[in-house]
Amino acid sequence: MLTGFPILSTLIWLPIVGGLLVLFAGRNNPTLAKWLSLFTVGLTFILSIPLWTGFDTTTASMQFVENVPWIPMFNVNYHLGIDGLSMPLILLTTFTQVLVIVSAWDVIKERVEQYMGAFLIMGGIMVGVFAALDSILFYVFWEALLIPMFIVIGKWGGPKRVYATLKFFLYTFLGSVFMLVAFIYMYSESGSFSILDFQGMHLGMTAQIFIFLAFLAAFAVKIPMFPVHTWLPDAHVEAPTAGSIVLAAIMLKMGGYGFVRFSLPITPDASMTLDWLVIGLSLIAIVYIGIVALAQSDMKKLVAYSSISHMGFVTLGMFVVYDIIDSTGSMQGAQLGMEGAMVQMISHGFISGAMFLAIGVLYDRMHTREISAYSGVVNKMPWFTMFAVLFAMANVGLPGTSGFVGEFMVILSSFKANIWYGTLAALTLIIGAAYTLWMVKRVFFGPITNDNVEKLQDLNKREFALMATLAVFIIGLGVFPSPLIEVMNTSVANLLVQATTSKL
Amino acid sequence: MLHTILTLILVSPLIGAAIAGLLGRQIGRKGAQAVTILGVTVSMVLSAYVFNQFVLNTSEAYNASLYTWMVSDGIRFEIGFMIDELSATMMLLVTFVSLMVHIYTVGYMSHDEDYADDDPYFQRFFSYISLFTFSMLSLVMANNFLQLFFGWEAVGLVSYLLIGFYMKRESAIQANFKAFLVNRVGDFGFILGIALVFVYFNTMDYNEFFAQLSANGDVMIEIIPGVEWSMITLMLILLFVGAMGKSAQMPLHVWLPESMEGPTPISALIHAATMVTAGVFMIARLSPAFEMSETALSVILIVGASTAFLMGLLGLIQDDIKRVIAYSTLSQLGFMIAAMGASAYAAGMFHVLTHGFFKALLFLAAGSVIIAMHHKQNIREMGGLYKYMPITYAAMLIGSLALIGFPGFSGFFSKDSILLSLDASERVGSNFAYVLLMTGVFVTAFYSFRMFFLVFHGKESEYVKTHKIKESPWVVTLPLILLAIPSAIMGWPMIAPMLSGEYFGSAIQILPQNDVALSVYNNYFQGALQLVLDAFTTLPVILALSGVFLAWLMYIKVPSLPVKLKKMCPRGFYVLDSAYGFDRLNEIVFVDGSRKLSHFFNKAVDIKLIDTGMVTRTFTAIEDMGQALRLTQTGYMYHYAFAMIFGLLAMLVWALW
Repeated sequence: MLTGFPILSTLIWLPIVGGLLVLFAGRNNPTLAKWLSLFTVGLTFILSIPLWTGFDTTTASMQFVENVPWIPMFNVNYHLGIDGLSMPLILLTTFTQVLVIVSAWDVIKERVEQYMGAFLIMGGIMVGVFAALDSILFYVFWEALLIPMFIVIGKWGGPKRVYATLKFFLYTFLGSVFMLVAFIYMYSESGSFSILDFQGMHLGMTAQIFIFLAFLAAFAVKIPMFPVHTWLPDAHVEAPTAGSIVLAAIMLKMGGYGFVRFSLPITPDASMTLDWLVIGLSLIAIVYIGIVALAQSDMKKLVAYSSISHMGFVTLGMFVVYDIIDSTGSMQGAQLGMEGAMVQMISHGFISGAMFLAIGVLYDRMHTREISAYSGVVNKMPWFTMFAVLFAMANVGLPGTSGFVGEFMVILSSFKANIWYGTLAALTLIIGAAYTLWMVKRVFFGPITNDNVEKLQDLNKREFALMATLAVFIIGLGVFPSPLIEVMNTSVANLLVQATTSKL
Repeated sequence: MLHTILTLILVSPLIGAAIAGLLGRQIGRKGAQAVTILGVTVSMVLSAYVFNQFVLNTSEAYNASLYTWMVSDGIRFEIGFMIDELSATMMLLVTFVSLMVHIYTVGYMSHDEDYADDDPYFQRFFSYISLFTFSMLSLVMANNFLQLFFGWEAVGLVSYLLIGFYMKRESAIQANFKAFLVNRVGDFGFILGIALVFVYFNTMDYNEFFAQLSANGDVMIEIIPGVEWSMITLMLILLFVGAMGKSAQMPLHVWLPESMEGPTPISALIHAATMVTAGVFMIARLSPAFEMSETALSVILIVGASTAFLMGLLGLIQDDIKRVIAYSTLSQLGFMIAAMGASAYAAGMFHVLTHGFFKALLFLAAGSVIIAMHHKQNIREMGGLYKYMPITYAAMLIGSLALIGFPGFSGFFSKDSILLSLDASERVGSNFAYVLLMTGVFVTAFYSFRMFFLVFHGKESEYVKTHKIKESPWVVTLPLILLAIPSAIMGWPMIAPMLSGEYFGSAIQILPQNDVALSVYNNYFQGALQLVLDAFTTLPVILALSGVFLAWLMYIKVPSLPVKLKKMCPRGFYVLDSAYGFDRLNEIVFVDGSRKLSHFFNKAVDIKLIDTGMVTRTFTAIEDMGQALRLTQTGYMYHYAFAMIFGLLAMLVWALW
């Protein structure tokens, strides 16, 4: 097929160049800016499809590899490549880019070209994060992403945006500094910045522990995990709709991706020693954060807490492998948890994107996200309510939606590790239903109690198309998850071998 | 061929639901009712064919996969069919009752003051009940736990949509929220049970699971250190918790009375053929597993019998016609579950079937009364209706006689087989259960005929006198007639094969020493006719008849009696009126408790401890630094950001040099 064509580079640089173009050419011409943006993201998405169709599911080694020297002095390379772990995330990213541009179409009225440009650039950078195989390249993409996001929230955000952006920035930035230090240490030991070399190098226990903790600092903030999660609700509340979608659908996944690309394969012994820490924090996320979500009166905050709670399944599924070996003596069941974690990331990308989109639809009309400002929306927006209830049910993890697949797999797998893990994780069945459907009840059902709701208009064609697309993905993945699992099977199996092979 | 037929049975209601739901406005009311009724009819006719093949001609059980949902970790998660006597019977019950409800709905839902005329609520309702049928079919046709759980939850979803159908009413949306949550509590147990199946059997497939049962019979697990439990018992009890949610057993019964907030046709569907039967069906489906644990079966027996007795009592004081029937459902479900607990699976399933028909009949007849009474539901405002609506009257009479187990009617045979089996059972708790169920028989007869007399006999109320009451149109009465026939006669041919175990064949497996129904068949049973003739001298029928007599005495002959009785024991009345305080307890402990806990976590931990305590303090320290550098004062945050990145790169260069 497209051998030799630098498809990953295209996916990174096409939107970035397109974004710069939009910034300059689209000035004073919002229509051009929009169409140029749509063209760019559409093309990027179409170009990303060969990654799926041309993917070799039988190998765990990197595919679509590009490798050229970048800073030869430090052996830093422009090294890209994907496996079954990163490929679905890249497709999720290119898909979300389209979603984001269309969602902002006639919502953003001021400085359209800057808004669209920022999201295009963000899109390219995110693909870079998932495709980078050189740690410095990875780090550059990882940090560079903060800038456009920072600008988007700071410029188009709500009233407390300065507080929120600073909190967001400092949190994530401080976390990643430790990661950089870990990279530099490993470079000094191995003479390479290549992630694959890091995965193969020998590391002593003490070094592993420190590296693991450094990674944890970076990834735990990003996911986010308790107790470093409080930046997320604030960032969501202040961010414009598209910002929230990117934040929830993609940026959180970078943390989860970090665990499977760095922590587990590079520091397997430390992961095994400290798995209780990650599992404990995951269970706190699922149970405690879920209960906190119940108390929220702002829809975006509620969904933000719900996101944190759902990401608990991701980290739980990734780290139960050691306890499974401990309690059953074999690895049987661990792959289910790891794949469940990966599926949960993809699924959460769709569902959280859909939830924030739905909140955006309401916010555009009523300019408030307070649950108490709404009641009986269904009477005026029946189509919208249908989608919203579907997304809510997906958020609740109803079988037949994508939200079920990952949770189910992780619950089964963690039950194998320890009955109490599974039991606590399964509590989400009750807690998740409580906070999600309670919100649905208060916002969508009941009589109309104020005039603003009386004036609501149902979805326009653009919004309808967005929601219908997401609904198709959410149900499709829920009814037939097999293709997604097949893609990651080999890579996950390989990852589990890496994660359980001692480096000492 | 069979595979295609089964697929069609499953998906045709789904297709109908999708068309009616998504294209409701385009195809209009006529189109929606036509397409959904067509879908369910196809499903019903084909189910009848399958029933003929598997039950009447006893084909070998059919087990096949429809498609592979996913393969992970070497375990196949499939969507497929397991068709045998048990599922074929359930399929016919579900599709037949559902078809009756579909036809009935054409008349029942034609006008609704809750909705504007241009709102496609009518199409939506049809879409929901077809979707309900699909969900229930996927549950009963499943050959694995994954699909069972899918159907399990899908039924929960559609009941949520249907109970909250009048979504402007606060009571309706409260009821559906509650129904979903309470069911989720059951599902929590259920999914843990499935997880235990996964952990110890490494499969989701029923047959593979059954094959490994004996090998896992002695596995013990330690959940709390030092306490060992039998894994199988724990698994079965957890699965049963799921059944308690769906089949509304105490204390997870609280959602069912409130599910009356939905339109009447849906009550018929929820209470008769779908949803509440799911739990009973699941136990029967997994009978080879449940046979492994005496303890689990005793728990089931006691929970079922307590529900049957206590919930029946609550029926005594209800004045809402639908609520009376709702409490009778709770109590009858208790009978079925108790039968399961006594290893009389066939008897329990028998009662599921007869109850499916006569309960649908009762609800639809009640709906007919409600139409005639212009949506009044209080039975004290009715009276003397028999003159005006003869078909409904006859239907309600047949339904009530079946419900109380009057000899010869379908309910008599199924209830008698449960009682006889319980009498023969020697399981721990069976004596206790027997006494409770016997009392339940009396209570059921009393409140059923209390309602019957108050509605159809006695003095006409002011409302009845001043309004024109007329019989319902044929779309309403036709389903009544079609349901009344099996409710009356279906017990006759079924009782013998049900007791002997022939009916379900190998679909239900009972250890020889546990097969109480068979011992009744061998030692007691002398043909259906003899059973009916003997019945008039047996305790259950005497109790039932005295219940009817007492109702007649108190509500027709001496109407002042109940008032006096209520004055005599106000405390007893209060206990019943508050439904033993389950709702209050839930309100105080779970609703308020979780609300308070969540606010405490939110305010004290997230905001105060983490945000104000840890974050902001660090934050202000850094900001002070920044202020000193006058960077934040430029107003451009990204200057700050760039500065940090360049600073870091500088550090990096310095570190590596």
